[in-house]
Amino acid sequence: MGETRKRNCFVKWISSGKVNKRLCIVTFMFFPLLLLLVFTYIPFFKMFQFSFYDMKYIGSREFVGFENYINVFKRDDCFRALALCGYYIVASFIQLGLALYFASVLSFKVKGGGIFKGLMFFPFLVCGIAVGFVFKFFYTRGFVLDTVLQWIGFELDNLPYWLRDSSINNASLAASSIWRYMGQNMVLFIGAIMSVDSSLYEAAAIDGATGWHKFRYIIFPSIKTIIVLNMILSITGSLSVFEPPYVITGGSFGTSTYFVIMNKLAHENQKVGLASAMAIVLLLIILLATAAQKLGFKYFFGDGEEEAIRTRRKREKARREQA
Amino acid sequence: MNINTKAKVKRGIWNIFKYFTLILGAFISVLPLVSCVITAFKTEEEYASTNVMQLPSSWLYFDNFIQAFKQANMGLAFRNSILIMVVVLFGSILTGAMLAYVLNRFKFPGNGLIRNAFLFASLLPGIAMQVSVYQIMYSLHLINSLPGYMILMMGTDVISIYIFIQFFENISVALDESAIMDGCTYFGVFFRILLPLLKPAIVTVMILKGVGVYNEYYTANLYLQDKNKFVTVATSLFKFTGPLGNQYNYICAGVIITMLPALIVFIACQKQIYSGLTQGAVKG
Repeated sequence: MGETRKRNCFVKWISSGKVNKRLCIVTFMFFPLLLLLVFTYIPFFKMFQFSFYDMKYIGSREFVGFENYINVFKRDDCFRALALCGYYIVASFIQLGLALYFASVLSFKVKGGGIFKGLMFFPFLVCGIAVGFVFKFFYTRGFVLDTVLQWIGFELDNLPYWLRDSSINNASLAASSIWRYMGQNMVLFIGAIMSVDSSLYEAAAIDGATGWHKFRYIIFPSIKTIIVLNMILSITGSLSVFEPPYVITGGSFGTSTYFVIMNKLAHENQKVGLASAMAIVLLLIILLATAAQKLGFKYFFGDGEEEAIRTRRKREKARREQA
Repeated sequence: MNINTKAKVKRGIWNIFKYFTLILGAFISVLPLVSCVITAFKTEEEYASTNVMQLPSSWLYFDNFIQAFKQANMGLAFRNSILIMVVVLFGSILTGAMLAYVLNRFKFPGNGLIRNAFLFASLLPGIAMQVSVYQIMYSLHLINSLPGYMILMMGTDVISIYIFIQFFENISVALDESAIMDGCTYFGVFFRILLPLLKPAIVTVMILKGVGVYNEYYTANLYLQDKNKFVTVATSLFKFTGPLGNQYNYICAGVIITMLPALIVFIACQKQIYSGLTQGAVKG
C-alpha cells in the first residue's frame, strides 16, 4: 500500500507543471547538446591545444610553443596557398551575378521555366566525388570541353591543358564550382523574389515599367539583403575552399588550396600540430572577415529595423548644412 | 505607332536574348553529365576509338553498369547507405525537433546562449574540425564503426534546427496551453500534438539532410576506412581512383549509378527541395 502511494506521489510530482517542464527541457536537450559538445566544442579546444604540440595522432607529443604558428607563416606551402582563394572569390561573384540574372528571368512567365530551373539546379545534388570524376573527364585533353570548343571553331593545338597548365587550372577548378552551386544560388534568389508582394509588379506594369525598371526598382531593393548575405558567405567560403581541387586534381599542378594542404599535412603526413595551427589561423581570419563584413553590412544597409549608419550620417550632415 | 513597333522590336530582341541565355545555361549545366551518360554506354573498343561526344552505337549496352556495380561493390554500398540514412535521419530529425521545441517554447536561462552556440558551430569549417574530431573518434574506438559514423552524422546542424524553430513559431502556443490544461504533460504535447503537425518541416529536413548524408564522401572515407565492409555509395567511387583511373566507360557508369537516386528524388520532390532550401537559407 505504502509503495503504491509513494509511487503515486512520485508520478504526481513528476507530472506537475514546473518539474515536468524542467524535466522536459533537460531530457530534450541532452542528446543534441552532447553531440554539439563532443563533435564540435571539444574538438575545437583540442585543436587549439594540439596547435602548440609537435605530435601525431598516436604516440608521444612534445610541447613546442608557437613554433607551429611560426611555421604556418614561414613555410612556402602554407600561408601563401591562401592567394589561390582569389580565383574562387572572383568565381563566386560571377556565380552570384549569373544566379541573379537567371533568377530574375525565371521568376516571371517563361516557356519551359520549370525545366530550365531544374536543369540548372540539378548539379547541386550530385555527390562531390562524382563531380570530381565528371570534371576530370570533362577537362581531359581532347575530351568533352575540347570537343565542344572545336565545334565552335577553336583549334585543339591552341587550347591549353585545362588541369595541368598552372596559368589556367585554378580557373578551371573555380568554374566547376560555379557549375555546381550557381543553381542553388538561383533557387534562393527565386525564393526571395517570389516573396515580394506581387501587387507591386502589377502596379509597375500599369505604370508602364519595363523589365529593367522592374528589376532595378522592385526586385533588386527587395532582395538586396539576401544578395549581400550571399556575398559574405562566398568570401568566407572561398577562403576555406577545399572540394574542387581535392576531388578533381588532388591538389597537383599548383592547385593546392590552404585546406587541401592542411588535410594532407594532417592525414597523410600526420603533422597534426601544424595542421591544427593552420586551422586555427584560418579560423581567426574567417571570424575577422565575417565580423568586418557584418560591420560593413550594417554601415551600408542597416540592421533589421535600424537604418543604415551611412544614410543616417548623410541625413545628419545635410541637416547641419541646412542650419 | 512608331513607338509601338520600337517597343515590340525591343521586346523581341530581349526575348531572343533571354531564351538564348537560358538554353546556353541549361546546356552548360547538363553537358558534363550528358557526356558521362554517352560514355557509359560505349564498349571498351568504342570508347578507345571514337570521340567522347559521339553517340554510342547502342543505348542498350549495359555491361559497363554491371561491371561498375560489381567492381565498386555497390550492392553492399547501397545497403550501407540506406541503413545509415534511415538511422541518421530518424535520429537527427527527432533530436532536432526536440531541441527546437525546447528553444522555441520555453524561456529559461541559457536559451540564447545555446542558440548562439549552434550558430557559432556553423561558422567552424568542417574540414578543419576533422583534424581533431579524428583524434576523438580514434580514442572512442569509433573508426571503422557504422554506429560511430551514424552518431557523428547525427550532429544536429543549424539549418534543420532553424527550419523546425520557424515552423514552431507558426504553431499557436494556445494549442499547447489547452492541452496542458487538459492534463497533458509537456512530453505529451510534443509527441502527441506538435510532432504530427510538424510533418511538412520534417519532409523538408528529411530531403535536405538525406541528400547531404547520401552524398557525404569526405567523412565517410575518413571514418569508414575498411572499404570491404563499410563502403557507402559515395565512397564506392573511390574504387575508381587507383589503377582504374582512366577507364572512363566504367567510371561514368559508376557515377551515373550513384547519381540516379538523387535524380529520382529530385524529380519526385522538386517543390519541397526548392522550398526547403529557401527556408533554410532565410534564417541560416
